[in-house]
Amino acid sequence: MKTLMTLLAGSITLAATSPALAMNKNEPRFTRVIVDQLEARDSDEGTVMAWEASGWHGGDLNKLYFSTEGERLMDPEHDGEDASTEAAETRLAWNRAFAPFWDWQLGVRRDWQPDDPNRDWASIGVQGVAPYLFEVDANLFIGEEGLTNLRLEAEYELLLTQKWILVPEIEANLYGKDDPELGIGDGLVSLEAGLRLRYEIRREIAPYIGVNWEKQYGDTADMTRAAGGKTEEGTVVAGIRFWF
Amino acid sequence: MKTQSQISLPRRRFVQGLALGAAGLGLGLNARQLLASQGHTGAPTLTGDTFHLTLGGTDVNITGKTRPATTINGGIPGPTLRWKEGDTITLKVTNLLPETSSIHWHGILLPFQMDGVPGLSFDGIAPGETFTYRFTVKQSGTYWYHSHSGFQEQTGIYGAIVIDPREATTHTEARYHADRDEVILLSDWSDEDPQHIYATLKKLSHYYNFNERTVFDTLSDFRNKGVIETLKDRQMWNSMRMSQSDLADVTGYTYTYLMNGQSPANNWTCRFKPGERIRLRFINASAMTFFDIRIPGLDMTVVAMDGQPVNPVDFHECRLGVAETLDVIVAPKADQAYTLFAQSIDRSGFVRGTLTPDAALSAAVPDMDAPPPLGHTEMGMGAMDHQASGHQSMSHGDMDHDGMKMGDMKHHGTSPARPAPFAVDSNNPDLPPRDSAIEHPASEFGPGVDMRAMAPGDMLADPGIGLRDRPWKVLTYADMETLGSTPDNPIDSLQADREIVLHLTGNMDRYMWSFNGIKFADSVPLELFHHERVRITLVNDTMMTHPIHLHGLWSDLELGNGKLLRKHTITVKPGEKLSYLVRADTLGRWAYHCHLLYHMEAGMFREVRVVDSSTTPSMPDTQTQGMHDTHGKDHGGHRS
Repeated sequence: MKTLMTLLAGSITLAATSPALAMNKNEPRFTRVIVDQLEARDSDEGTVMAWEASGWHGGDLNKLYFSTEGERLMDPEHDGEDASTEAAETRLAWNRAFAPFWDWQLGVRRDWQPDDPNRDWASIGVQGVAPYLFEVDANLFIGEEGLTNLRLEAEYELLLTQKWILVPEIEANLYGKDDPELGIGDGLVSLEAGLRLRYEIRREIAPYIGVNWEKQYGDTADMTRAAGGKTEEGTVVAGIRFWF
Repeated sequence: MKTQSQISLPRRRFVQGLALGAAGLGLGLNARQLLASQGHTGAPTLTGDTFHLTLGGTDVNITGKTRPATTINGGIPGPTLRWKEGDTITLKVTNLLPETSSIHWHGILLPFQMDGVPGLSFDGIAPGETFTYRFTVKQSGTYWYHSHSGFQEQTGIYGAIVIDPREATTHTEARYHADRDEVILLSDWSDEDPQHIYATLKKLSHYYNFNERTVFDTLSDFRNKGVIETLKDRQMWNSMRMSQSDLADVTGYTYTYLMNGQSPANNWTCRFKPGERIRLRFINASAMTFFDIRIPGLDMTVVAMDGQPVNPVDFHECRLGVAETLDVIVAPKADQAYTLFAQSIDRSGFVRGTLTPDAALSAAVPDMDAPPPLGHTEMGMGAMDHQASGHQSMSHGDMDHDGMKMGDMKHHGTSPARPAPFAVDSNNPDLPPRDSAIEHPASEFGPGVDMRAMAPGDMLADPGIGLRDRPWKVLTYADMETLGSTPDNPIDSLQADREIVLHLTGNMDRYMWSFNGIKFADSVPLELFHHERVRITLVNDTMMTHPIHLHGLWSDLELGNGKLLRKHTITVKPGEKLSYLVRADTLGRWAYHCHLLYHMEAGMFREVRVVDSSTTPSMPDTQTQGMHDTHGKDHGGHRS
């Protein structure tokens, strides 16, 4: 596995850089792909597979940024339900470094819904490392028909040892306007918090276990309740994180 | 540590390599026989005035894995070249690699076309081509040579140069006399492709650091230092978003450290007769590693640094920067073995060898020290001396001043006495105020620079992080002085015609490195006028130690009070400000860079152009290039 990863990473790197002069005037470009979460969640509806991955390609200051996240129901516990992707989103952005620890991002996002209509958004955001080494990601998405979504994410890596790392994270979603078609109200829509403990077999590969908690608020929660759904759910998760 | 012995058969990596095999290893000898005939004493020595070097691809086995390497005449290191001062020498370098290559003669004074930097001196040596270097040797001492193309220096293209003086002047003096002469060439080897190392650093800069602070370190600090003190200390590091353990970018996690090409397990060994005086010529030919060198039980006497003789000083340990060389004399009297011990600055690995009168004897190998955490000094907070308080009125950083003062006091308990800061050097009456050096140019404020030293200070007498509390003598720049240079009669003028201030800058997280916040790709050449004497002041605005190398011209480090130390590579510690004088006596295009290979690649590199004073050069913009033209009205003048 170690060899495989090295080969894989090596070949990508070789493709991305040119062995030129020691004093290189042409900026080399690099590519990094990180699958931050690829996990099974023990949900009431059955096992849910969730993922969160991102990647970039570029130089020191300008990068092309890509990310995807979503959930898929794998083996439904209730009859009449099929294995299906519940929700997924992809983003593509131009990532530009503007301060020592901060980048801004300008891009687009598409939400894929299995039954409901897709949503397209323009995005503007900042990503970086705040004092005390919190990784922060804040994005404002502007959709069609005046829809707006503000998403705030923060994550921290707590080193228990050089290889055991505990990662608390939190995400908040706020909407500026109702999206009744998708059962979303304005104001605070949801909070999600996670706590994952990973073991880095090597830097690039780390299996983990953890817990994930999600709760809906305001009109969104009311709409979910009215439809007979749950507004809060805690799950045990197990997965793998890897990058190259 | 792997115990696999000796470099494996140079199985050819490239088709061209077969030609090397035939040419370089001909005469019916196979490689193993050839190695056997050399024993384990390192590379062969070539003498004369004409040299043939062949750069090729070879598979080596240093760690137990067979990996591709780049070699000179089939070996790592390449042959030791023994020149004679005054000779005009010819070096024919044939490139059998599938990519452009080059050889740079590190620290050698020569016409710039012979300096071997692709893009500046020449176009490089294309695959299959032979380039002929020819120049007259104008100096003596210990130097080295290496590729200046890509990362070939990391994969094995380096070797030692020893130049015998034309007249045996210094050598005949009793205190410089040696019965035995040995090159100790230190280097770092990785099984990883250096392109991959570089890419890894760009993706995750702390990848190779397995000494990061953990929760348990904080808990133990709570117990030992108290909660308040700990939180104050953590507050500084956390608000700066800096790692307190970032001593080396590339570490023993991937590196195997080598002495004359031998791993610690292989134990490079030198035989001696008790009572002999042995000259050890240490060369740090590594890509990224600072070595702390000592020989437990044996005093060392330094007699030369960077090839230039110095007044002898006794010492026990020294930190040798990348690309520096140090000549020491040891005189073991006892009939016992000694360990040559060199540990990396971050204590992630070491290399050792043995000095012994008898192959049956061996010596204990000391344990590595615990890795030292970076402190206030490395943060550029001026903790090493009282300048910090002097600069407080000017400090505008985001630093906690209370924390700074506490740092001051702590360090004063252990720091040795140091000479007066050079700012009050009475021998230099027309010195401009050096305080200007902490005014950071506008170009330093951008994504590529993650910190600026608030109160950089004189640290020439500081042994450096991890060596401050030694119970034995640690050699520092302040201890040495170039032989024959006195304040009244220096080797070259103490007066500068012009001042240049450069800040060493970087962003560890993004793995960007630069001068004054401007990386090479965005820079314009620094222009010097032929014959002028220029003072370069360097301010280290990073938390790393950088070995700064100017090609083709001497760097006369100012030790204060008119003392000079003539060097080709100057190590600048975190939080340090130092200055050196350069005589621009050779026209041409010269490389000027940090000698940490991946820092250089990332952009900590400038072209220095020495131009004729009759032409009107386009002076680089003051703001962005840090040219502080304070008093140099007669640019062309040769004032000494």
